[in-house]
Amino acid sequence: MKNLVLGNEALAQGAIDAGISGVYAYPGTPSTEITEYIQNSKIAKELGLHATWSVNEKTAMEAALGMSYCGKRALTVMKHVGLNVASDVFMNMAVSGINGGLVVVVADDPSMHSSQNEQDSRFYGKFAKVPILEPSNQQEAYNMMHYAFDLSEELQLPVLLRLVTRLSHSKSGVVFKERRCQNGIQLPVNTDRFALIPSNAKKQYKKLVGKRELLLQASEKSSWNKLGQHKDRSLGIVACGIGYNYVMENLADDLEFFSLLKISQYPIPKKKLKKLYKESDEVLVVEEGYPLVEEILNDYFDDTRKITGKLTGHLPETGELTPNLVAKAIGLYRKEPKPVSDLVVARPPQLCEGCGHIDLFKVIQEVIPSIGQKKVFGDIGCYALGALAPMNTINTLIDMGASITMAKGAADAGLDNAIAIIGDSTFTHSGMTGLLEAVNENSPITVVISDNSAVAMTGAQESLATGRLKEICLGLGVPADHLKQIVPLKKNFKLNVEILKKEINHKGVSVIISERPCVRLTRESKEQIKQKLASLN
Amino acid sequence: MTFNIILSGVGGQGILTLASIIDIAALNDNLFVKQSEVHGMSQRGGAVQCHIRIADKQIYSDIIPEGETDLILSAEPMELLRHIPSLKKKGWIITDSSTFENIVNYPDRHELYKQIKTHWHHMIINAKSCAKDLGNSKICNMVLLGAASSKLPIREEKIEAAINYYFREKSDKVRQKNIEAFRLGQKKAKDFTEFVY
Repeated sequence: MKNLVLGNEALAQGAIDAGISGVYAYPGTPSTEITEYIQNSKIAKELGLHATWSVNEKTAMEAALGMSYCGKRALTVMKHVGLNVASDVFMNMAVSGINGGLVVVVADDPSMHSSQNEQDSRFYGKFAKVPILEPSNQQEAYNMMHYAFDLSEELQLPVLLRLVTRLSHSKSGVVFKERRCQNGIQLPVNTDRFALIPSNAKKQYKKLVGKRELLLQASEKSSWNKLGQHKDRSLGIVACGIGYNYVMENLADDLEFFSLLKISQYPIPKKKLKKLYKESDEVLVVEEGYPLVEEILNDYFDDTRKITGKLTGHLPETGELTPNLVAKAIGLYRKEPKPVSDLVVARPPQLCEGCGHIDLFKVIQEVIPSIGQKKVFGDIGCYALGALAPMNTINTLIDMGASITMAKGAADAGLDNAIAIIGDSTFTHSGMTGLLEAVNENSPITVVISDNSAVAMTGAQESLATGRLKEICLGLGVPADHLKQIVPLKKNFKLNVEILKKEINHKGVSVIISERPCVRLTRESKEQIKQKLASLN
Repeated sequence: MTFNIILSGVGGQGILTLASIIDIAALNDNLFVKQSEVHGMSQRGGAVQCHIRIADKQIYSDIIPEGETDLILSAEPMELLRHIPSLKKKGWIITDSSTFENIVNYPDRHELYKQIKTHWHHMIINAKSCAKDLGNSKICNMVLLGAASSKLPIREEKIEAAINYYFREKSDKVRQKNIEAFRLGQKKAKDFTEFVY
């Protein structure tokens, strides 16, 4: 029986069936549905798998490592920019190694459908010297999870599994396998390797470097890396991950004319690549993201004339691949698309009708003329839409938590009346630490926490800040007389403007918590929030 | 056989529900399916699209190659026009006539209809008003699906079964209403000759 699932869901089911004991993640498009699937899975509940959201990607990965330390299989999931947040533990757990299998799933977002950059996580895998897997379709995503955990335990290393938006958010029929039992608790024989003081770390790092050959062998014999060679030697194609689909979309019927190496496991299989290279007049590299394989190939073979790809302009270096772009790179003719009708205009995403952020932005807009333009530091979340018309309110958006620290830096530079706006979940993800810095120096900034009791942008998941913001801020040292709570409603407009104006004029840290639940919260989650608040009181 | 469909509309119009039902129907009709959809930020009041590929053999690309779309089914007329460049020469376009005007520079409706009607295989259905007549404006998607059903390479009874399956956890009444809307769409498509606005 085939099950109709998203790439993300296939992978999640694959992890459940591979015997994980828990998943740790922070929501982020395009990765969110992986954890949601496990949270909603009946069987996962019955098995007692741990599946609540983490405060950020670093804590998620660390908790997964803790679970692995106990000998159990753990999954940690994030989007590409989330791996930056978790990169500290990611680099180090490659050095310590793991105990129970540990798979790091990272969903990249080429074309920036819902992200601020296009970074290619394969570089992180290479950086950390760990194996990387890259499925090209939903069935592979499912099957690879079983393999990834086995490989992780065999090599005693975390395995990075890279997805891209187009696979994460595409459905297909997938056949599931039998479920493997969870590991029991079994602490590591040698705990020194998990204590990375220099004397231990030096030994461990040598071990990690020493595994290079093992990783290469695993990749060379891996059935995920397939080389098909044919008589016509004019063009050899290297197709990585989802790039394989676009090649096959164009060539499936004429495959006998081409030599094709499909790469879905890294480090790249050197021998297979050499074979393809030697026996082809030209080599085209089709990969989604950065030209990683293409660069390596150029280094291997000191003759870049016959290697084409992104670096040579045969494929674009920005944005997603498409069947048409790949057809062109192969040299097949495809008609140029017709232009879109002049009648069609852009329809950008908008804040939902009745969203509390709208009323908050109106309050901020009202004070801007008195404080001057370009002083509103924004952050990641729905309120990022405040950068667009009709709000045109926020001026920066860099990464999770940067609003507070950038406002502080701007204040240090002498900018008066800087405002930082940040969401409740983003605040706990990466804003709290910055606020402590601002408090320590009593920086003249006004931090507005737009609290909608949800991680709204990714679909209103649970926010760990719910009901705790005031106490957190007080705990971090925000003075009580400059910690204000407002409700962003039309009827409170005047009052809210007054409060904001007063706090902006205060020559020290002020925090305004603007509270109104997200309109997308379901009745069920509203009920959960109520219960949580009751338990906190 | 490979049949490529683009579903288009505005975030919140239920495009993904419509896609899921078509997927389930195709899978149950022993066909291969791939369906690529939009999640996240762009869903909120922004333009939304969904690629569905149905075939009797393995499908590779999750997205439809340009100019190879057999059918564009749209919950909104301007969103339909956005995808015309991807349409095959003899492809079908089917849309709800109701506009969703959440932007200030929304084009003239009559101009939109006029352009849609320059395509040989077009159908403009007032699905929203059909759904309202049935007492539930949310089910206009099922009216659209009914209107498109005869063009799909899936048996129509499989689509009805997929609707029932998709709403299996809802009440009998909800399932019944959705089926009713689907059948009304089928009838509207049969009766369709020329759209008068």
